[in-house]
Amino acid sequence: MSATTDNIILPEGSIEKHTTTLNLGPTHPATHGVFQNILELDGERIIKSTSTVGYIHRAFEKIAERRPLYQITPLTDRLNYCSSPLNNMGWHLTCEKLLGIHTPKRVDYLRIIIMELARISDHLICNSIVGVDSGAYTGFLYVMQFRELIYEIYEEICGSRLTTTIGRIGGFERNFSNAAFEKLEKFLDDKNGYPAQLREFEKLFNRNRIFMERTIGSGPISAERALNYGFTGPNLRAAGVDYDVRVATPYSSYQDFDFTIPVGNTGDCYDRFLVRNEEMWQSLSIINQAYKKVQEFKGAEAEVFHADAPDYYLPEKKDVYTKMEALIYHFKIVMGETEMPVGEVYHSIEGANGELGYYLISDGGRTPYRLHFRRPCFIYYQAFPELVEGGLLSDAIITMSSLNLIAGEMDA
Amino acid sequence: MTNEQIQQLLTDKFGEQLTQWEQPYGMLTFTVPKELNLKVMQFLYDEAGFKFLTDLQAIHYPDKKGAELAVVYHMHNLSANVRLRFKAFTNIETPDVFSATALFSAANWMERETYDFYGVNFVGHPNLIRVLNVDEMDYFPMRKEYPLEDQSRVDKDDEMFGRGGSIALDNK
Repeated sequence: MSATTDNIILPEGSIEKHTTTLNLGPTHPATHGVFQNILELDGERIIKSTSTVGYIHRAFEKIAERRPLYQITPLTDRLNYCSSPLNNMGWHLTCEKLLGIHTPKRVDYLRIIIMELARISDHLICNSIVGVDSGAYTGFLYVMQFRELIYEIYEEICGSRLTTTIGRIGGFERNFSNAAFEKLEKFLDDKNGYPAQLREFEKLFNRNRIFMERTIGSGPISAERALNYGFTGPNLRAAGVDYDVRVATPYSSYQDFDFTIPVGNTGDCYDRFLVRNEEMWQSLSIINQAYKKVQEFKGAEAEVFHADAPDYYLPEKKDVYTKMEALIYHFKIVMGETEMPVGEVYHSIEGANGELGYYLISDGGRTPYRLHFRRPCFIYYQAFPELVEGGLLSDAIITMSSLNLIAGEMDA
Repeated sequence: MTNEQIQQLLTDKFGEQLTQWEQPYGMLTFTVPKELNLKVMQFLYDEAGFKFLTDLQAIHYPDKKGAELAVVYHMHNLSANVRLRFKAFTNIETPDVFSATALFSAANWMERETYDFYGVNFVGHPNLIRVLNVDEMDYFPMRKEYPLEDQSRVDKDDEMFGRGGSIALDNK
């Protein structure tokens, strides 16, 4: 990287006669991921910031051009790995839109439970890390045990924890077990479950003088600039724009649920923190509603966990061994020999960080002709220099964690 | 605001220059000549309320001679909640397309990414360098002339999956 000091004009009253270059990253304990910020410092004040990304670029879009649809799901896991189920569901929904598959209501509700759990697990990490970076470690340990419980719920459903590859095109790989529902009830329990812990967490932070002084006014952005920079998700809403994909273009039956979109107004670290906290409460309410709706299905309806889409949904193993037709479909799907319809589709969901979009072009082959991921992190990270320039170095660190920058989502 | 109204607005302004009107899965899609991409975007921004650039990427069609690369813009009118998509085709020898960075700050890295993978030269971009790949790279990897390995090839020495394996080794 060439010297960046040439065009820098030091502010009036600067004590330093020259700036100091500081490499924040690629492997810095406070960046929580592999990316680099080259900062020009005048004392403790940031004069200029240059961001470098791409350290973990894995060419997913290229790899996807050679894979049948179901093999792309594991790639999406590795975008925002703090909330992989959201990425998985977004991908399944995109495929279903292209293929014209309609999922039953029960599948939609089960998906919503999983998606909102993923949102909670993402937000709780982000918010507790904001605490850690501002010197309050305790809150992190308080909520972390409930991320563990969320991961156990994933485990009951799909067998994996972090990179989940949860669900299939058309539904889920199996029905939710009783153990999964028991763990969900444990999570939702008002006295001993996550709500109690979240209340405790909020008590530690929300009106904490030290935390407020630390976060209010650091890394702010106006609504107009945020929109121009392509912000979405909690970061945009903290700036005061009530855009949420779940409401704007409902998918997976979100229109059946009653919830509000929290908005801030200054777009600083404190507002982002509060918006994420409130979103966790809203997610809890959505999960409760969805769980109630799921319980209302009785008899044969309670056994529905996938759509009728034999061309894309893997048949059950016992059928594969006993039925000719199931065996044929099994091989056709596993060998990736199903042609998909010609078309181009853009589908987006409300990911934990904002609008997570999939732009899929099919030329009628067995693999996508082109697949593009709209990764919210990648798009809003460009605003980082604007957010931190003129502020203190310690504010840059806390801004970085409150934006919830996930290297996997940035680099694809 | 419906797709038809937007189409009417645009046809009134630009006439026959905009072509290939479609609505795949409900999203208005059309093609603009590459000299007009900024004018159309500015018009949509000022007159039709499309103040949000959702996404920007390129597609490579090696068989379309003279229009090998398509730059695709997704725009969103947040207040009326309408999305649209338009494409600007360019030839691959001189892939010059006007940059949208003056209108949208968000376009900065998106255009860098598109340049990085497809080599589209965004005229007017303040800092058109690679963003995800290494700076030393001298080709544009997402173009179709760089195919991935064929998964069904039989000459692979891959005993684990029963393809060729030791038998193929013997034949070498």
